[in-house]
Amino acid sequence: MALSGVEIFKHLPKTNCKKCGHPTCLAFAMKLAAKQASLDACPDASDDAKKILGESAAPPIRDITLGVGDKAVKVGGEICMFRHEKKFFNPNVFAVAIKASEAGDVAAKKIEAVKTSEIDRVGQKLRVDAIAVTDEGGDAAKFAAVVKQVVDGVPGVPLILVSKNPATIEAGIALCADKRPLIYAATAENAEAMAKIAKEKKASLAVFADGLDALTALSEKVKALGVEDLVLDSGARKAKDMIEHFTIMRRAAIKKNFKPLGYPIITFATRDNSVSEAVTAAIGTMKYASIIILNNVEKWKMLALLSLRQNIYTDPQVPMQVAQNVYKVGDAKDNSPLLITTNFSLSYFIVRGEVENSKVPSWLAVMDNEGLSVLTAWAAGKFTASKIAQFITESGADKNVSHKELIIPGYVAVLSGALEEKLPGWKITVGPREANQLPTFLKARA
Amino acid sequence: MALVIPKETYSGKIYNVQLGSGAKAVTIGGASALPFLGFEGTFPNRPAVALEVMDIAPDDWPETLKKAIGSAGSNPVQWAKFCQQSGADMVALRLMGTHPDQKNKSPEEAAKIAAEVAAAIDIPLMILGSGHAEKDTQVLQAAAAATRGKNCAIGKAVEENYKTVAAAAMANDHKLIAMSQLDVNLAKQLNILLTQMGFDKERIIMDPMSSALGYGLEYTYSVMERIRLAALLQNDPMMQTPIVCDIGANVWKVKETMASDAEMPEWGGLEDRALAWESVTASAMITAGADMLIMRHPGAAAKAKEVISELMG
Ligand code: B12
Ligand code: SF4
Repeated sequence: MALSGVEIFKHLPKTNCKKCGHPTCLAFAMKLAAKQASLDACPDASDDAKKILGESAAPPIRDITLGVGDKAVKVGGEICMFRHEKKFFNPNVFAVAIKASEAGDVAAKKIEAVKTSEIDRVGQKLRVDAIAVTDEGGDAAKFAAVVKQVVDGVPGVPLILVSKNPATIEAGIALCADKRPLIYAATAENAEAMAKIAKEKKASLAVFADGLDALTALSEKVKALGVEDLVLDSGARKAKDMIEHFTIMRRAAIKKNFKPLGYPIITFATRDNSVSEAVTAAIGTMKYASIIILNNVEKWKMLALLSLRQNIYTDPQVPMQVAQNVYKVGDAKDNSPLLITTNFSLSYFIVRGEVENSKVPSWLAVMDNEGLSVLTAWAAGKFTASKIAQFITESGADKNVSHKELIIPGYVAVLSGALEEKLPGWKITVGPREANQLPTFLKARA
Repeated sequence: MALVIPKETYSGKIYNVQLGSGAKAVTIGGASALPFLGFEGTFPNRPAVALEVMDIAPDDWPETLKKAIGSAGSNPVQWAKFCQQSGADMVALRLMGTHPDQKNKSPEEAAKIAAEVAAAIDIPLMILGSGHAEKDTQVLQAAAAATRGKNCAIGKAVEENYKTVAAAAMANDHKLIAMSQLDVNLAKQLNILLTQMGFDKERIIMDPMSSALGYGLEYTYSVMERIRLAALLQNDPMMQTPIVCDIGANVWKVKETMASDAEMPEWGGLEDRALAWESVTASAMITAGADMLIMRHPGAAAKAKEVISELMG
């Protein structure tokens, strides 16, 4: 249970030494209760205090890390039901399933797809996060062969080992024991054996049971067997069951602090039709699934799913933004064109990408509008002629170029007259409305 | 520890709004809980999927989309019939040709097309202006009169023109689509203004303003979630109108639905990508509580209907 500020205060040194950056221990305790500070900031906290407060500060949904190294991914650790309440913190993992029967060519193709899956979207690098090797025929040797193929092919990518047979898991994990894989899954039949492997190999363990009651019981049992890093599967596969089960699990954990369900959720969104798979996986992303397994990871599908995930996991209070600056695109010289946009990440990266596509070296002046898009900033009175004029002169954008011509976004064409008044001697050119017309526009001028 | 299912107690409910008449009439709304939480509420009506038709040829629509519509696009009546055959629950006629920057068609011309389209289909009709607030008042008035008795949804009423557009819907017994700009309070405010002028709140469909996947979708998503919470948990009667999401128009103008395979090899094939873009956008809006969707690609609409079936159980 979360402790109140006063309860937390009881465990602090009460010296008011201010080393934590707060005037008193009580003030610091209040911040801790509001989850706006971390106990690490108090150097004098006793080990006892750390233990008690650490437990109370633990998020209602445990966070779990899959894999090791720079491709390791953290899931869980969420604290709210709706993103507008605070934000969703740890983006769900998308994993592609490779069946033991696909050893060889098919596996190689999927491994290659994972290897080349990285895309750059709005300044973030996004990719297929993990690979789930699934045992369907019960042949441990084939299973191990695919695990080997994956470990050799994409060494850093976190693994999920999917089999209900402990012997098969043993065969697979022997090849990746130091890589913190996820074992899927402990069931009512094999829980002891799976827990034993997970403990020995320090792997995290998925718990599968059909339905929430059975899952609750099994989750408690596995925890009692000594495994802490669990993820849960209630067997929900149809969209309706996914939304219902995952909502109940998240609510029980967050609102009732119901520990047996306070773990990340794993689900299989696999479908024969690939677009159907995309729309189902989308529901998992929005509604609380932390690990979503797919049959196929075509580039077009991942672009849609990773974009959705990026949308859902952005901070609703602060739009993604870039620093105000005059960015040099390509080998821009003093006679290169000068364009202006706002500092909303989406606007900046789209425009920058298209300027790069044009191969016309340019200067891109990015004005701080608190992360609003061009039209939104304009409608909010933050992208006005006088503010732009002030920015152009104060930022030194005018020093980078020997000419006096500024290209403005087509959607704010109305600003051109007023801007020419505010920037005497400048020529204001109205660019195209959509950024994808920029290459044609810039090439035609070059 | 046994699991006690943590249930919300909802005091509010979404209004039922019927569109069209006869065997193919569509009713939307009616939800008594957050979307698809069958363990704590009922969902008497499935979200409806409308396919969009224009009064002009879709010349500036992306190739993938034009191909999917084929020759039907050259004539609004044929196009509407094509949508009906493709399995749409409704047709959304957008009178784009009336926009001063387009063909600047007269309200009379628009009304004639609206009447012809209404006569050609037996599924319900939605009539949308071109988005030019001033011109829309005349266009929608004429179109509403020409389709009197068809129980259409007319829109969009916005802050600048809601009085005239609502009057046109009221005088001709239609339902009204009221659009505000991605803001819970603005959405509520517009519904209040409409009821203050005597428009029945149970005849309003709220458009919180849509955006496409990757281009502000999260704003629409969260505004919708907040509207639903206010409607159901706080029992706010001004938030209990069903929600429509106009997604096709947003989806089919972003680069992801247009750039060729050669231009963006790292994005995968255009056909699948574009279809997935509209389908996933639809999936997100349905999950957030959309009662009605306006879409453009028949294939994506079919996928939306598939998700809806899975969600309704
Ligand atoms: C998401 C959104 C919001 C979000 C903010 C998102 C953000 N971080 O900016 C929120 C909900 C906060 C919001 C608020 C408002 N919004 Co708003 N919003 C949108 C929406 C749906 C998408 C905006 C977006 O992200 N676009 C994507 C980015 C990439 O577009 P962009 O910056 O314009 O860039 C494109 C082009 O301009 C071009 N480009 C960009 N830079 C450059 C540079 C050059 C040189 C060139 C050539 C081209 C170019 O390339 C890009 C891609 O083609 C649009 C409607 C829509 N579908 O477009 C309305 C929209 C922009 N909003 C609008 C309005 C009116 C508002 C509000 C005033 C309403 C309100 N609720 O009070 C407020 C103002 C905010 C405030 N007071 O702080 C109106 C503006 C109307 C107008 N024409 O003036 C719009 C157009 C909606 C509408 N149709 O009415 N909004
Ligand atoms: S650092 Fe620790 S002891 Fe010092 S004021 Fe802060 S909480 Fe109190």
